[in-house]
Amino acid sequence: MASYETHEYDVLIIGAGGAGLRAAIEAAVGDLKVGLVCKSLLGKAHTVMAEGGVAAALANVDERDSWRVHFADTMRGGQYLSNARMAELHAQESPDRVRELEAWGALFDRTQEGGILQRNFGGHQYPRLAHVGDRTGLEMIRALQDHGIHQGIEVHMENTVVSLLKTGDRVSGAFGYEREKGRFKIFAAKAVVLATGGVGKAYKITSNSWEYTGDGHALAYHAGAELIDMEFVQFHPTGMVWPPSVRGILVTEGVRGEGGILTNSEGNRFMFDDIPELYVNQTADNPEEGWLYTQGDREARRPPELLTRDHVARCIVREVQEGRGSPHGGVFLDIAWIKEKIPNAPEHIRRKLPSMYHQFKELANIDITVEPMEVGPTTHYIMGGIRVDADSQMTAVPGLFAAGECAAGLHGANRLGGNSLSDLLVFGKRAGEYAAQFAMENETVPIDETEIDTIAAHTLKPFENPQTDGNGNSMGPYDIQAQLQEKMQDLVGIARSEESLTQALAEVQALREKAEIVHAIGNREYNAGWHTALDLECLLTVSEAIALAALERRASIGAHSRDDHPEKEEPGAGKYNTIIKKTGDGAMTVRREPIDELRADLQEIIDEMG
Amino acid sequence: MATFRIWRGNADAAQFVDYETEVSEGMVVLDAVHRIQAEQANDMAVRWNCKAGKCGSCSAEINGQPKLMCMTRLDTVPLDEPVTIEPMRAFPLIKDLVADVSWNFKVKERMKPFAPRPPDTEDGTWRMEQEDIDHVQEFRKCIECFLCQDVCHVLRDHKLHDEFIGPRYLVYAASLEMHPIDTENRLEELKNSDGIGYCNITKCCTKVCPEHITITDNAIIPLKERVVDQFYDPIKKLFRVFSR
Repeated sequence: MASYETHEYDVLIIGAGGAGLRAAIEAAVGDLKVGLVCKSLLGKAHTVMAEGGVAAALANVDERDSWRVHFADTMRGGQYLSNARMAELHAQESPDRVRELEAWGALFDRTQEGGILQRNFGGHQYPRLAHVGDRTGLEMIRALQDHGIHQGIEVHMENTVVSLLKTGDRVSGAFGYEREKGRFKIFAAKAVVLATGGVGKAYKITSNSWEYTGDGHALAYHAGAELIDMEFVQFHPTGMVWPPSVRGILVTEGVRGEGGILTNSEGNRFMFDDIPELYVNQTADNPEEGWLYTQGDREARRPPELLTRDHVARCIVREVQEGRGSPHGGVFLDIAWIKEKIPNAPEHIRRKLPSMYHQFKELANIDITVEPMEVGPTTHYIMGGIRVDADSQMTAVPGLFAAGECAAGLHGANRLGGNSLSDLLVFGKRAGEYAAQFAMENETVPIDETEIDTIAAHTLKPFENPQTDGNGNSMGPYDIQAQLQEKMQDLVGIARSEESLTQALAEVQALREKAEIVHAIGNREYNAGWHTALDLECLLTVSEAIALAALERRASIGAHSRDDHPEKEEPGAGKYNTIIKKTGDGAMTVRREPIDELRADLQEIIDEMG
Repeated sequence: MATFRIWRGNADAAQFVDYETEVSEGMVVLDAVHRIQAEQANDMAVRWNCKAGKCGSCSAEINGQPKLMCMTRLDTVPLDEPVTIEPMRAFPLIKDLVADVSWNFKVKERMKPFAPRPPDTEDGTWRMEQEDIDHVQEFRKCIECFLCQDVCHVLRDHKLHDEFIGPRYLVYAASLEMHPIDTENRLEELKNSDGIGYCNITKCCTKVCPEHITITDNAIIPLKERVVDQFYDPIKKLFRVFSR
């Protein structure tokens, strides 16, 4: 075996967004040795992009709120495919997780009484999102980071894990490289927590950065863990659409929470035209009531712009397809109109939505206090992911845990805005806690050294592959990645069918063959092309999983829409999760697993909340 | 088409290399860099994440000005001559556009952390007025892009990284010192190991801050005043004022 720089930990955390940082802080509470590995610099993970707020039933603004209402809202939003135990824990524990951030220095916006202020958001019955203007994610990641760096955690910035290591059935660590020199590192650990975020880079139009290539999903899958409900990819209804170079950048739901409305080219508020049955009782039936709701009128019902993200995204696509879109293929999102309703509207907008004002002003030359924005759906989040135990966050692989976006269960078929920040706090903490417990109860297992040289050789292969294939086509990593994104966008996007999905699987297979011979130029030093080539493998794995699961679910529910199966449930199929697993011969398989009946007390809550 | 003159190389050897690429409506500098990376220079090193001015990863010097590449539109830059893009110069070079900013993270680690007073209420929370936290929220907008550190002459020209923490960490200190529930006192460190006296208020940092934090006026000057109040005899202070 070649010699590699080796680090030994009790608990290794992979990913340093909100979930990874929260897990690391928790794991370090005792005197365990904790390592934290992240692809970028500390504090740059996608949590920083979260804008609107963190959902927690603090009941600071409306005392009718409680964990029970939050639980029911989450289950309804997820079309009752969520793991009910996770939804219960999440609703119960998120208030404490938010309060604890204040003890670590976070400064949320305040109520008149001096408590944490909360705002309205889609699918939440009461104002529930603790926030800081529209930069809540930055506040959270900074609070976690600034607290975390004093907890004795060893941080490996700009390091990427390419493989988990197993000894027998148990996870025994991870193998990866540091970006600066491209040197390999072994991270030996008794327990490993995956907190790697999402898969947005599988699509062409996305709010996600280069990092979100499904690493955790792929690492867990190859280590023998299961992936569930991978077909549920959230297309956030409001991404920027113009100019082309900013297409996909997120426009916070907070714009609609503050009274922003969606209109089409005919000036019509089209969201009033289609209100789903599950939400009819909770939705305003006229513009005035909707406006009053956004201004805190407790008797008013929410405007249809604040229906769940899956539904709003589909309505926008419908408007565009039927020829009522905006000039650049989106619809209009208008917050400037509130000047009809309140004095000093421009100042109010700049104070409530400072980064949106900034973003449109600087990137699109649009003053949102004067003109409407153009928006359209963008790939934002994956509800599906690594299957974990609801309480401990442990996967099917002993010693391997997962939390945050890469784990699954809480959000079912559709995630409510604000529930991801609370998800990563609640389950980040739990993953850290149970990983620490696992590390204390189990001995170190020796790493199987024979496999490491094989992985290392495989990782360096792109440098040895030829620059073009036999026919002179480029085998560069960016070309292959762009082809994959194009196919996923077209074939596995908002509208899917058996035909498109079958074709997608064939395309992924063809691209996999190309990726086998992907070529990287240059040397191992901070080489973006090489890194992109390595990330391709993870992207292909999650793309196949998404397409395969989407093919299996022959119905249209939540974020998953099948043109050939518009009905919500397949007759006689009941409620089920799709489960992806790697078989002994290396093939990817999908199966269904029925969802257990709800615990009686939880069912009671849902019945009560209507 | 436009020409981009990009710094290529590592600490051992580096130089500008010209790349021509197509420019289309609405593009920012980072888009041009990405296009060049994908089509002509796969191995080019560049840091970026959010591409929306929120994470502070893509700091660079564009035509000599410290800026975020993702927020610099090409229609604000003259394209009839080559656009130069360099890494931040106040830090050692790793490769191409990527500078070694690890020093910043070490500075923060050695600063005294947040230390809240006991909670105000039984549920373990505090009561704070919005107007009392407005200032601190301004400081907490910082995205840690380190452009203020890059432009600060104490760090950039005089290389006093061992004696001066730079504007970013003075803002950080201010966010803690002015936090309504923090109980720690950091003035001695500010005066001594943090080197606040090195700042002579040229306001270069404020000018380059992409978050428009009024670094000098709102953070550094009030901290300097606190240091003066705590460490210098008021009569001597008066004397100094009059003898200037």
